[in-house]
Amino acid sequence: MQTSTKPLLSVRNLRTSFFQDEGTTKAVDGASFDVSPGKTLGIVGESGCGKSVTAQSILRIVDRPGRIVGGEILLTREDGSQTDLVKLEASGAEMRSIRGGDIGLVFQEPMTSFSPVHTIGAQLVEAVLLHNEVTPKEARRRGIEALRSVGIPKPERRIDEYSFELSGGLRQRAMIAVALSCDPRLLIADEPTTALDVTTQAQILDLLRKIQQERGMAVMLITHNLGVIAEMADDVVVMYLGRVVEQGSVDDIFHDPKHPYTKALLQSIPSIDSAPRVKLPTISGSIPHPFNRPPGCPFHPRCAAFIPGRCDAAEPALKAVGDGRQVSCFLYE
Amino acid sequence: MTNGANAGSGADRAPLLEVKGLKKYFPIRRGFLQKIVGQVKAVDDVSFVVHHGETLSLVGESGCGKTTTARCILRAITPTAGQVLLADEGEILDVATLPKHRLRGLRRQMQMIFQDPFSSLNPRMTLADIVGEPLLVHGVGNVTERTDRVVELLRLVGLRPEYMQRYPHAFSGGQRQRIGIARALALNPRLVVADEPVSALDVSVQAQILNLLLELQDRLGLTYLFVAHDLSVVKHISERVAVMYVGRIVETAPTEALFGSPRHPYTEALLSAVPKPDPRLRSERIVLQGEVADPANTPPGCHFHPRCMYAQAVCKEKAPALEEIAPEHFVSCHRARELSLRGVDIPVAGGV
Ligand SMILES: Nc1ncnc2c1ncn2[C@@H]1O[C@H](COP(=O)(O)OP(=O)(O)O)[C@@H](O)[C@H]1O
Ligand SMILES: Nc1ncnc2c1ncn2[C@@H]1O[C@H](COP(=O)(O)OP(=O)(O)O)[C@@H](O)[C@H]1O
Ligand SMILES: [Mg+2]
Ligand SMILES: [Mg+2]
Repeated sequence: MQTSTKPLLSVRNLRTSFFQDEGTTKAVDGASFDVSPGKTLGIVGESGCGKSVTAQSILRIVDRPGRIVGGEILLTREDGSQTDLVKLEASGAEMRSIRGGDIGLVFQEPMTSFSPVHTIGAQLVEAVLLHNEVTPKEARRRGIEALRSVGIPKPERRIDEYSFELSGGLRQRAMIAVALSCDPRLLIADEPTTALDVTTQAQILDLLRKIQQERGMAVMLITHNLGVIAEMADDVVVMYLGRVVEQGSVDDIFHDPKHPYTKALLQSIPSIDSAPRVKLPTISGSIPHPFNRPPGCPFHPRCAAFIPGRCDAAEPALKAVGDGRQVSCFLYE
Repeated sequence: MTNGANAGSGADRAPLLEVKGLKKYFPIRRGFLQKIVGQVKAVDDVSFVVHHGETLSLVGESGCGKTTTARCILRAITPTAGQVLLADEGEILDVATLPKHRLRGLRRQMQMIFQDPFSSLNPRMTLADIVGEPLLVHGVGNVTERTDRVVELLRLVGLRPEYMQRYPHAFSGGQRQRIGIARALALNPRLVVADEPVSALDVSVQAQILNLLLELQDRLGLTYLFVAHDLSVVKHISERVAVMYVGRIVETAPTEALFGSPRHPYTEALLSAVPKPDPRLRSERIVLQGEVADPANTPPGCHFHPRCMYAQAVCKEKAPALEEIAPEHFVSCHRARELSLRGVDIPVAGGV
């Protein structure tokens, strides 16, 4: 929960499903969380838990056959008013100005987000022109500055190169430059370092941290890597099968986890500063296929604290448990 | 072969595998006539030893030559130069130059586990066929004996034998990796080369597979060459670690020594770059500048010098040799003896 400041973005009971012949995937199934201005919210969970679809829902770029089937996504505008993004036309003028304007996006594979037939510069200039009233010459100048500001060497030359000519790390920097070119108030970064090596990851995380401090921008950092979350986030949302199982400050999540899933996940990861060759505690089973979603709490078949007749009968709601914490588990009801 | 007469892990054990001066260069071809215009020095003079029953991890960033090294050791590709010496019942075989007709026998000595358990399993074969295939190919036993062996292998890796007639798509990522492990163990190999075996798995499943690998090693006395880029995983599984950078080994040491007191600046930076899953341990990290060198166009001298904050004139001119600067601790750095580098704290097993 937030203190006095109004959240920049408030997601309430978001539900997004994919309707296919074989069945319906409830990719996001009642997720709620807030992003505070100027803070980093980490969203963590294993593959398929709905992190990317949550980001796509906020930006209204969910692929067909998926669509938002319920909930609200409230964006606080610069004048203090709130807009529910769910109610906007996905390809309408207002949503287009929010996408890449108020909210910037960086994702895992910059290769697919850049066009292979246009130079980095062409795409950067286009983004600048779309959201600012400037001459093409000025847009190019700003583009070069944007590349310089994300640490790309010789930006005057790089701007005329194609994305495939850049290394993975430089490409990710270029993508961050495009996302920042319109001065977003919220940057959504979906697995921004997952495809990178650790030393390059360290460079990109450093860059994100620096940019955020300089601009006072909010960041929604999506990753499956608990180490990245521990390094970067102020607040953390833990997701499992489309639902938020737990939310809290980064220190609470790592040092006083409440949900059995969060606890088990933290214990099961080998850490660089844990003792070698000791048996790791594990979570039994594996993540179920989305068509075979368990009834009740989606984690119950793998849960060490499973209460028969309770956890498999109804879904626990996300409830406040003390200062700024929320948990969705019958143990706390 | 090198004899490790020192205290510590693996030291009292005889070498099972010794890689000496291994090189693999891939030609770069251009144009209509496919003329060779250069070479990718994917593996460039790599040497290390793996002792009986231990786990040696080969760690480094993508493109540094880990998979190429593993493929040379298994003779999936033929090395450009160097020796791959395998101890085989009193005899020492050089796998690098073994004639083709003797390669099949080699499969009974060493096997590989792959990163992506899905693409490495034939989707049209049942679980029984996949795990039993190596037995069939090597003419082991009759039909009943082979079936019994498959049942035994499935139990060994924690899969239910009732699933024998199912196809790979019916299994989760973790189960598929178990299938890959069962298949690799079918012929009772002594050396298992595992190339990023948990990289594609979810975190909650990684731990299951790492535990299984440790357990199998204990039960079967296996020797592992474990290839990975994730240092936390490497730390967890290995007795000794070899760090690679652009085709070369920069440091080899017992796990505790490598993580606790690294002696190569690249190892130090790599350890510092790993995000630790504890927000109270946020600290000043070493952020390396620039990018990993291109193995098709390597810098002169030490490959790491353009990014090294400790580099001096000599580092640009001369490639350092891999030297033993402490018992079992090999480093390839001109300044290894004078630098004092930062590692990670290692708690005692069972401690808090
Ligand atoms: N375009 C799509 N069509 C059908 N199903 C999809 C599509 N995109 C995502 N999904 C499904 O939605 C669920 C959530 O996916 P995603 O948000 O990508 O997970 P995460 O990013 O957490 O790994 C998964 O079960 C996934 O298979
Ligand atoms: N068959 C090949 N032909 C040409 N270059 C190759 C081939 N296989 C690997 N390489 C190159 O060799 C280098 C090392 O690759 P690899 O051994 O796969 O690294 P790693 O497993 O450490 O990521 C890379 O630059 C890679 O592009
Ligand atoms: Mg995703
Ligand atoms: Mg590899």
